[in-house]
Amino acid sequence: MAGRTSKDGTYVPEGIADEFTQGEPAQGASAQRAPSSGDKEQRPNRPAAPTLGLVGTLRWMWRQLTSMRVALMLLMLLAVAAVPGSVLPQRNQDAAAVIEYLADHPTAGEWLDRAGFFDVYTSVWFSAIYILLFVSLIGCILPRSMAHYRALRGRPPRVPSRFNRFPAKAFATTDASPEEVADAIATRLRGKISWLPTFRVDRGEEPARGARGASGRSEPASTGPERPPGQPSATVSAERGYLRETGNLVFHLALVGLLVSVATGQLLHYRGQAIVTEGRGFANAVVDYDTFEKGAWFRPESLVPFSMTLDRFVSEFASDTVAFAQARDFTAHVTVTEPSGEQRPEIVKVNHPLVVDGAKIYLQGNGFAPDITVRDAEGEVAFSGRVTFIPQDTMYTSRGVVKVPDVAPGLDQIGLVGYFLPTAEVEPDGSARSAFPQPVDPLLVLEVYTGDLGLDEGAPQNVYELDTASLTPAVEESGERVKVLARPGETVDLPDGLGTLTLGEELPRYVALDLRHDPSLGFVLAFSLLALGGLTVSLFTPRRRVWARAYVAQDGATVVEVAGLARGDDAGLQAEVDRALAAVPGAVERPEEADVSAEASAAARRQAREPRVETGSEED
Amino acid sequence: MELANLSVLLVWGAATALAVALVAFAVDLSRLSGAKVDARDATRSRDKVAVGAGGPVDASADAPADAPAAAAGPVNRRLAGVGMSVTWLAAALLLIAIVLRGIAAGRTPWANMYEFALVGTFVAVAVFAGVNTRRDVRFLGAFVTGISVLFLVLAQQQFFVAATGVQPALQKYWLVIHVGVAICATGIFTVAFVTSVLQLLRDGRDNGSVMLGSRHWGWLDHTLTPSALESLSFRLNSVAFVLWTFTLIGGAIWAEDAWGRYWGWDPKEVWTFIPWVVYAAYLHARTTRGWSGTRAAWFVVAGYACVLFNFTGVNLIFNGKHSYSGL
Repeated sequence: MAGRTSKDGTYVPEGIADEFTQGEPAQGASAQRAPSSGDKEQRPNRPAAPTLGLVGTLRWMWRQLTSMRVALMLLMLLAVAAVPGSVLPQRNQDAAAVIEYLADHPTAGEWLDRAGFFDVYTSVWFSAIYILLFVSLIGCILPRSMAHYRALRGRPPRVPSRFNRFPAKAFATTDASPEEVADAIATRLRGKISWLPTFRVDRGEEPARGARGASGRSEPASTGPERPPGQPSATVSAERGYLRETGNLVFHLALVGLLVSVATGQLLHYRGQAIVTEGRGFANAVVDYDTFEKGAWFRPESLVPFSMTLDRFVSEFASDTVAFAQARDFTAHVTVTEPSGEQRPEIVKVNHPLVVDGAKIYLQGNGFAPDITVRDAEGEVAFSGRVTFIPQDTMYTSRGVVKVPDVAPGLDQIGLVGYFLPTAEVEPDGSARSAFPQPVDPLLVLEVYTGDLGLDEGAPQNVYELDTASLTPAVEESGERVKVLARPGETVDLPDGLGTLTLGEELPRYVALDLRHDPSLGFVLAFSLLALGGLTVSLFTPRRRVWARAYVAQDGATVVEVAGLARGDDAGLQAEVDRALAAVPGAVERPEEADVSAEASAAARRQAREPRVETGSEED
Repeated sequence: MELANLSVLLVWGAATALAVALVAFAVDLSRLSGAKVDARDATRSRDKVAVGAGGPVDASADAPADAPAAAAGPVNRRLAGVGMSVTWLAAALLLIAIVLRGIAAGRTPWANMYEFALVGTFVAVAVFAGVNTRRDVRFLGAFVTGISVLFLVLAQQQFFVAATGVQPALQKYWLVIHVGVAICATGIFTVAFVTSVLQLLRDGRDNGSVMLGSRHWGWLDHTLTPSALESLSFRLNSVAFVLWTFTLIGGAIWAEDAWGRYWGWDPKEVWTFIPWVVYAAYLHARTTRGWSGTRAAWFVVAGYACVLFNFTGVNLIFNGKHSYSGL
């Protein structure tokens, strides 16, 4: 197994330095720090053996993969690998930009494309990094979880024989008996909430000290108060912060859960886009969408067959000078018809998707779809319908195409391409643009082409583009293209006697709807929040150990000693120790001892840097 | 409009106050540099002799603790106090400016780059001043106020847009939460970054760097020890990291409603993800044998560079879904 399991049962991954920091004397120290034997274990990747063998090599590789150093390297690699996806255009976001880039950089583009730089986040190398990272994470976290599960049922470490080396300590005397003192401290440490104690506490008794221990007290300055032989003492050993490791594990496991939910969602999801004009509707069926994409495990049965009608679309734009024509509100009023036949009015807004039968409907775009009727030279209706004009700028200068293939036999087919301007501003040179997004002074400006539209060959065409390569434009005598202008309700003649064009009085709006169903959303959210919670708990829960000992001194008063130890730097440790001491009834703090302890702790810090030799217990 | 103009004036006032504080803090630091008779310096000069003689470099980290801390008497730090007072004044001016801006625009005052810079600067200054009430971190002052002046002037000159409403895609309470938390995280990251840079400098000085060993860097001895700076930086960074994680999650929730997907590798999303990973690496580095201390501090520098790029570069260079409101 990767890493090592320290003697107190805590799993420690390769390369992690996360012990209780300051020197823990006596028994605790030998178990935690394990100076001599531990050193070898800490560096197992020394070029130890030419005779590793297959199993050995695999084990070595696994240890490497689950080590902290490799996790660190993979994290940095992941950060670096994510960069090109923001610099280069990506297919799933802007396929047109990729095509443009490939055209501009033929050589580099081709190589970048081969290496997956236009699909960075689904590329082999990006996936390899995060999959390795997650394997490393699981390999590290699972054994740690099991070790933590065992540790959760463990008891706090025994009271050390001497407190003088601890970074935080306090001494006091009192009239209360040692048992009362120890009980008071234990109660304070457990905290007020009985089902969630702050500290896990063990109350204990120590037998009377032997003569050997007493002789160990002769060291100057670094000793605690004199403890007479022949006096038993009451002890408290307590540990808090099990939740820190719990939070850490929850965070990492939640990340695994997040990855699995996202992947599941990718497999099960579907997404469809539909353009709907006012008064019309669509049904939730694959064939009714303009575009439809789905995951590998998608089944058509997951489309609930509801239908929806767009009753009205309302937009608002700012008209003040500061933010002229900035969008302020888009609202689509719709009627949803459930499969049961039940109907209800609903609203779809930007930022407020409509949820119907587990599918979310988003308002992604809007524009004008004016009614256009074209009659051919013989006066027959050759085309009649709503034409979607796609906005090209913030003023809704919108581009659209009308294809009229159904002219009377013998006549040329007609193609119309041009702009719809909600508020037309015609320049003296004849060019026109829109000056406001709302239909204040609408105008349709179209160029006319004749010839074979190529629709009869059956090849699929973009309905928003007119391939003018094989078409003849209608021109004035001066050679300029003819522009047909029409206002709502007007019927205008097409050039060259091609017929007439009528723009409807009403200007129906259209909305571009995006319908999406992803059954994993709830899980994705739950695991994200779980990760956030785990992270918070793991970063802000202090890990502390507190010990206390109370005994009757020679002068008859009860002496109380409290000491604390923390994992990592912990500014609140001394306060914790002081709080514990404050629980002692009738306590009189002994400042002279505190002074001694301050100096002793400085000495302890100096000593902590040096290899600890003395690990034996004086008491046993 | 008058409120908006008043807000602009107040921002200039705050920038001026911060510039004054910067000068006060800088002079204070230079005074500290001058106060050279110090146990540490005594140790250092001894080391230099040893180095000059070709002897091994003796780490001076274990300067005798019992030596008098400042034999030449305490340095007069009144200017640092002046700097602190002016910093508080600047924070107050900035807060009023932000509130007025919000009233003038009739919405939460952090919807574009200009406002983001104002509020982010305010958070950085407030975190610095707030931490200072609990422990003396006035040595950070010159750097925090320096960065803040830079941000405020840059915001006024380059990012300014008139106070007005926002388009429908931004009209949601998530604007308050998601962007607000992101700004707080950025402000805290800024202070943590300054702390980590000081840690690196101090560490370099303590380890006998030739450049940092000179008298001009003497003020470094009056900051905290590298390990104390590290621990302060870690505490700030862990708060900011949690906030940043929340920014990511909140942004995903909002994107799910606004754009129809919770994650789409939009440039802004990528550049929020990258610092998150870098700071995650920092948290791991801290507990990795051989990577804690100085090396971990470099992760903070890298992470903050990514945060800054997320705020500036992504808005100005890339054209993504976060490209609202001009800037």
